[in-house]
Amino acid sequence: MAQEAQKEKSMILQKEMIEGLFNDLANAKELGKKVCYTFIPGNLSELIQTFDMLIVYPEINALQNAMRKKSGGYIKEAERNAHSEDVCTYVKCDVGMMMKGNIGPTGQKLPEPDVLLLSYTGCFTFMKWFETLKREYPNATVIMVHTPYQENAEITPEMTQYMVKQFKEEVIPKMEEVTGIKYDEAKLKRHLKLSAEAEDWITKIFDTTKHKPSPIDAYFAGVYYIGPINIGFRGTQKAVDYYKELYKEIQIRIEKGLGPITPEGEMKEEKYRLVVEGPPNWTSFREFWKIFYDMGAVIVASSYTKVGGVYDYGWRHNPDRPLETLAEYCMNCYTNMNIPQRIELLKKCIVDYKADGYVTNSIKSCNSFSAGQLGMMREIEDSLEVPVGFIESDLVDPRYFSYSNIKNRLESYFQMLEQRKKMEKETAAV
Amino acid sequence: MKELNELIETCKNYAFDLNFTKAKEWKEAKKDRVLVGYMPIYFPREIIHAAGGMPVGIFGGGDNKQIIKGDAYYQSYICHIPRSIMEIALDKHMEHIDGFIFPSICDVIRNLSGVFKQQKIGKFVKYMDFPQNFLPEIGGVFYQQEMEHVLKYIKEINGKTPSTDELNHSISLYNRNRSLIEFIYKIRQEFPWRLSIEDVYNIVRAGTVIPVEEHNSILEEICEHIKENIGMPQDKIKVVVSGAFCEQPSLGLIRAIEEAGCYVVDDDYMLGSRMILGDIDASSNNPLEAIAHAYINQSQYSSSIYDVHNPKENRLAKIVKDRGADGVIFASASFCDPSLLDAPIFQNAFDKMGIRYIAFQYSENINQYKVIKEQVGTFSDSIKLWEDDTTVLA
Ligand code: SF4
Ligand code: SF4
Repeated sequence: MAQEAQKEKSMILQKEMIEGLFNDLANAKELGKKVCYTFIPGNLSELIQTFDMLIVYPEINALQNAMRKKSGGYIKEAERNAHSEDVCTYVKCDVGMMMKGNIGPTGQKLPEPDVLLLSYTGCFTFMKWFETLKREYPNATVIMVHTPYQENAEITPEMTQYMVKQFKEEVIPKMEEVTGIKYDEAKLKRHLKLSAEAEDWITKIFDTTKHKPSPIDAYFAGVYYIGPINIGFRGTQKAVDYYKELYKEIQIRIEKGLGPITPEGEMKEEKYRLVVEGPPNWTSFREFWKIFYDMGAVIVASSYTKVGGVYDYGWRHNPDRPLETLAEYCMNCYTNMNIPQRIELLKKCIVDYKADGYVTNSIKSCNSFSAGQLGMMREIEDSLEVPVGFIESDLVDPRYFSYSNIKNRLESYFQMLEQRKKMEKETAAV
Repeated sequence: MKELNELIETCKNYAFDLNFTKAKEWKEAKKDRVLVGYMPIYFPREIIHAAGGMPVGIFGGGDNKQIIKGDAYYQSYICHIPRSIMEIALDKHMEHIDGFIFPSICDVIRNLSGVFKQQKIGKFVKYMDFPQNFLPEIGGVFYQQEMEHVLKYIKEINGKTPSTDELNHSISLYNRNRSLIEFIYKIRQEFPWRLSIEDVYNIVRAGTVIPVEEHNSILEEICEHIKENIGMPQDKIKVVVSGAFCEQPSLGLIRAIEEAGCYVVDDDYMLGSRMILGDIDASSNNPLEAIAHAYINQSQYSSSIYDVHNPKENRLAKIVKDRGADGVIFASASFCDPSLLDAPIFQNAFDKMGIRYIAFQYSENINQYKVIKEQVGTFSDSIKLWEDDTTVLA
């Protein structure tokens, strides 16, 4: 039987933050707060905070519902209402939840949106999703922010200007109108400064996987670590405090030479270091993770933890250029990078964190991630001669998590890694 | 004037030539000519024409191309068109095409642009981000910059920058092209038996792979033919087909819908060729601005355009009404997110509006469609049976 997860101070802090957020949402009316629905990639957290709005992230509800085993029912509900089996299951989980009364993952009712802020970064489904939501919430104010794709592996001044103009002429005036609060650039700058601070910390945290053994798992635990920075706390002191605390805890682990914490306690032996591309499966998250830690596999970097921002190359929010920096942030999220950029980033992770292997978890219903992954995998295999593994699952649809298939595939993959290690040892000995 | 059958046959041969021979011949006839391939849905072909190039529509391999290499690039749960485009590219059918444009329509096409870059296919690869902001001074300006980027790539190949006159001339040629196509649809709205939808499809699709001047003269001849009272009316209902804007149904499936009892009086198969409604200003001092403004103000609704200020369900309902259609057939390519995610929006609205519809999925390489044919036949029968029902729009 799985042991209770060990709780560190940072975990408790995070739990409190999230509970607080859902409590505030449940009481939004009483608190007199306006509610803004938006998405994680390209979220304009600091700007929303400047207008004192509360934020709902539909993806977070979907994944939380999946972890609480509620998503299957919601998805079926949406499918009964003309939603196809083959589209993004986040959308269906959200639509199903709405149809069943919009009770959020914590059991509290979610408030209706005053604003639907579609920052539309890196995924077309977001657009379709909000077209659907707009029909459910006809009174909400829709704010569309078009984030240009980094198609040529660059952010040009024209792209930034296009976004800044949208902020100035559409986003900010509409937010002022809905909230009755005047845009306060000084306030925005204060949030941006705190964002940059949190971003420094989180970069340092994910960089600790350079150690052997790695003190953290940058995928399975990584998804918890990115929580605060992604779900509305970026730009607050709370997030900075959380990351400082987390970093401190990790330092202690490094000093003691400890490996990552898993739901069953400390990982004893680090056998394989992996880089993972693609989101995790949420419906069987624990079982999925267990396959890895049982085999002594630790994830030293993952692309999924970069969906809410890529900080690896040193980019940070810059309070001196408030609107420009927001624009660059949106354009700089992982799925807004073109395929060659994604390959470069993953290769950098494999090299920097001395990974033994590269695994793709291909998500059935997420084209934004999945389309192109096979070519990426081949190029990474060819150029770095690193063993690659491939598994398939889904985000929140329990029907597409086949435990035995995934386990079999991963076991063969780990055997391959083992063999490769043996051969390397033999060659080194000669 | 050529016989109608002969014209249609010519178009069919052009439309499904996966070697793009006509484009190749055009390029070889003169120095500095450039071929630019573009994927669905829409691309402002005018600018390529003005820059001394020819736009070439790439709509997948349909059921004419066996997929071997392309499958290695795409998981089974991704639509079919990117793998068939990869197959055509890797089999070197497009060696003579200089550059490729991937219009922003969905994540699959977007990421395919990255795969082309990664594979170094073509002299340039451009993902063309169409604005989702519809203010001329914001989205319009951005769109002009995107077009300038394309022109820069072409200039790097042939050294040419199109003049204002050249751009205006190209705009007027494509205006003519669109109005001739619209004329065909207008005729078919009343006399759908004069030309089958399969023929219309071949005719319009041919225009994506041959010079616009030649297409215009073919269209002119066809329009002359169908002004005549030809063909025999049959007892069929009228429908609009929606959702098949990217990966194309096979010709057999397009034919089967009509054979099963439905005259298709409007569709979005070749949406790009009909995307702009009405003419683009061909006398402007700033033709790129004119193209951008037309896109912003005169576009047909589409799955790739954010629509909340102009709901697509109302726009499709208007097409149904204007065309005098009895219902809608929602045809989506399997795993096509944009089309499938739109379906509930349309269907929920149509349930309320009392517009009848059916929905099915297809794949470009599937040429067995007995079940679909039966479904369409039943749909047609049920509408005929209930044609007195007041909720039917007519
Ligand atoms: S398709 Fe992928 S990136 Fe887009 S909303 Fe769904 S899970 Fe997120
Ligand atoms: S068929 Fe649909 S999902 Fe596939 S590339 Fe075209 S628009 Fe995208």
